[in-house]
Amino acid sequence: MSDLSDVNEPETWAEHMAIAARHPRRAELVVGLSFLLATLSVFVLGWIYTQNGQPQIEGMMLFVLFGGIGFGMAAWGKWLMPKGPFVEEREVLTSETNQERFSETFQRGRVAVEGRRSFLLKMFIGVNGLMGAILLFPLRSLTDKGPKAGGPLYTTQWKAGALVVDEENRPVHISTLDVGGSLTVFPHGYTDATDDQTLLVRAATTPVAPPGRPDLEKWSPAGYLAFSKVCTHAGCPVGQYEAQFQKLLCPCHESTFDVLDGAAVVFGPAPRPLPQLPLMMDDNGYLRARAGYGEPIGPGFWSRGG
Amino acid sequence: MIGGRNRPIGMRARAAAVGKTAAIKQGRDIDERLGLAGAGRWLLNYIFPDHWSFMLGEIALYSFIILILTGVYVTFFFVDSAHEIVYHGAYLPLRGVHMSEAYASTLDLSFSVRAGLVIRQMHHWAAVIFIGAIGIHMCRIFFTGAFRKPREINWTIGLGLLTLALLNGFLGYSLPDDLVSGTGLRIFYSVFESIPLIGPWFVYLLYGGNFPGNSIIPHMLVLHVFVVPILIAVLLTAHLAIIMRQHHSQFPGKGATETNVVGTPMWPAYAAKSGGYFFMLFGVIAALGGVAQINPIWLFGPYDPIRVSSFTQPDWYIGWMDGALRLMPNWELHLPGHMVANAFWPALFMPGILFTVLGAWPFLEARLTRDYAHHNLLDRPRDRPVRTAIGAGLLTFFLVMLLGGSEDVIAVFLDTSVQAVVWTLRISLIAAPLVVGPVTYLLCKELSAVPSAGFRPRPNVIVRTADGGYEAVPAELHPLEQPEELHPAPVGEATVPEIVPGGQPELVGAGRAPRGPAPPVSAATAVAPSTAPSAIPGVRTVSREDAVEAEVEARRQRGFFGRRRSNGAGGNGPGRNGPDGDGPGGG
Ligand code: FES
Repeated sequence: MSDLSDVNEPETWAEHMAIAARHPRRAELVVGLSFLLATLSVFVLGWIYTQNGQPQIEGMMLFVLFGGIGFGMAAWGKWLMPKGPFVEEREVLTSETNQERFSETFQRGRVAVEGRRSFLLKMFIGVNGLMGAILLFPLRSLTDKGPKAGGPLYTTQWKAGALVVDEENRPVHISTLDVGGSLTVFPHGYTDATDDQTLLVRAATTPVAPPGRPDLEKWSPAGYLAFSKVCTHAGCPVGQYEAQFQKLLCPCHESTFDVLDGAAVVFGPAPRPLPQLPLMMDDNGYLRARAGYGEPIGPGFWSRGG
Repeated sequence: MIGGRNRPIGMRARAAAVGKTAAIKQGRDIDERLGLAGAGRWLLNYIFPDHWSFMLGEIALYSFIILILTGVYVTFFFVDSAHEIVYHGAYLPLRGVHMSEAYASTLDLSFSVRAGLVIRQMHHWAAVIFIGAIGIHMCRIFFTGAFRKPREINWTIGLGLLTLALLNGFLGYSLPDDLVSGTGLRIFYSVFESIPLIGPWFVYLLYGGNFPGNSIIPHMLVLHVFVVPILIAVLLTAHLAIIMRQHHSQFPGKGATETNVVGTPMWPAYAAKSGGYFFMLFGVIAALGGVAQINPIWLFGPYDPIRVSSFTQPDWYIGWMDGALRLMPNWELHLPGHMVANAFWPALFMPGILFTVLGAWPFLEARLTRDYAHHNLLDRPRDRPVRTAIGAGLLTFFLVMLLGGSEDVIAVFLDTSVQAVVWTLRISLIAAPLVVGPVTYLLCKELSAVPSAGFRPRPNVIVRTADGGYEAVPAELHPLEQPEELHPAPVGEATVPEIVPGGQPELVGAGRAPRGPAPPVSAATAVAPSTAPSAIPGVRTVSREDAVEAEVEARRQRGFFGRRRSNGAGGNGPGRNGPDGDGPGGG
């Protein structure tokens, strides 16, 4: 085995131990100065910290500190230390002798395992598979604390007769919105329920219904229409109502829904219309749900059904 | 020029002698307790090839260290709770606002903890640089063919590291529970919900119920500070151990052959330089953390599920996924009784396929080119036009998706409709890679056909002759300024040298000489040593590209490109390789 020191020809040794700097003195000065700068910045940092800190100065002083140390080290290594180039022969990764012996050793064990007792091996594999399956059970119990997966994905708190309220739990009166206005509403008592959020828009002064579905006119008292606010694409709140074009816009991925056409998708990745909440007006002029949503709100999920 | 600046002077020699005694004692102390002299010497002598692009991996490694250091500090102040409180802290505009404890603690960290904002921003910047460095590092590996045998495993591990880094970046970004990150969490809820078979169950487990759930923040904290970083650390260790075992690959030229490594030893020059780069990176990240605002969550406000703002984008490394969600047509797969929702395809299915293909790429390429040989010399991208074209196409694909993540901003910027931008990008997503790939291929071919491309011209010196004329003479270069001329490595030719029984790596001084043109390794002449286990009998491995390379090499030999530098006559150490370089050098 050879070593750096084994290269005993003085000429060669000196040659590849040579440093790269043409002016070693200057290089030393540069390295020293950057270490000095770094030292000074430590004091500034300490002082700033006692003065309750100041992000910009802290950042710049840390830059001088780390940068000074780093530049000094790199310059030291680059200019004042021997870099060669040295040549190292690669060690050969494989060796046929060892490879054969390794395979033989492996084979020796395999014969003992597979040869006569192959039914034990199969049982071993089987019991390990079952063990893996049973170990998933504790994982399952992690979900026992909360509601069962699935259930609440289908239903919301919107029931027939539920009073329509705004974020502050104030009932919405038929006079609350002007034509072109919009409001985020909830069923009374559930203003925190994310899935119940519903966008109420007033599209006209008279009932409206999608083309071909005049029966749905009774869902929109005085031109009020309500759609689930949870986008059918990826669940963002569909928060923008362009009254001029009667479009709802989801700001996450620009899905656009046509208010006058039962929130049908007119653009973007949303695959389904926003579910519509049937509305009615009670005797005091307050808006109520005529019924709950007719389908699960929001994006699709595996068990949702076709 | 060498003797002059390195002649030992008396005092230094004496100091060196004293130091040597101390070093001998220290070496003995360690070896007598741990028996590490052999391994230690191997480590100190480990050779790093000299090329700037090898620093990309270092940047990734160092920013990971910075992430851990700053992350520990940030964790001390973060409260992982979605419990709602009213804010009374130092940031006046949000006083009296309802928010989660997670958001409030992030505000406190930014405004009330001394040096808190700097370190929080450093943490975020380090994450951005970490993932960026991994990405560029991967490009370097891909385009130079560094993933080929025997380095396929490390390519796959590297891809795993990228995936974990992306995941942890997203988790960390989502922890503060601000309006923007909450929107991202909502979208991911929908994405997980759409996983076939286990979607609803899995998402309930992760979020603790229907969105927003009560346990997503604590779950994310455990994953972000514990599970994923440990996985990253384990894979990183394996990554580095494998590199050290196999040694770095290297570019052709400078006396580099398939069977050696030319460069700087770990101790001391490389250790000093690389340690210096670590501190410099730390400094740059500190400067960014101090003066370049990143993720100002106080401007976004706390997350409120009924609100979302326009123009919200995730960090760029997730942006391509968001773009894919935006560019996807509104399709949904309906099965009897079940549904694969729209979000599944762009956010899980497509990345899953892409990453699987990327991970298997070394094996795919070996199979397609029937090249199963060991490769320690790197390719120039232009010499492998097909691979370069595919890589360029893939990058274009990602770039279009990334643009898709900002289609709303682009539409406003160009003063056009979002629809127009989305349709343009949808078409470009398919069309642009199909254009970029072939164009790259043709460019590579063109470049290989222009033999002088990529070779630095020798500067000329104007000399006045005795009879008063002027003549241009090629200048003698300083040894350190010798051009590094890259020569294509042969394709598919076996490179494993004869097996040396008990072969030990030999480290020898190479002198200055091996700079300058590499020994002629023309495809036509470099015939494989026959012991290669990978040589496939009967398969002709000389492709068209090789033929071009051989032609280029032949022209070089004929002096088509001007005078060849003499190949380092004299002054070579005893261990220097012969000009053919296909055998272990003597020691
Ligand atoms: S969440 Fe509404 S468009 Fe994606």
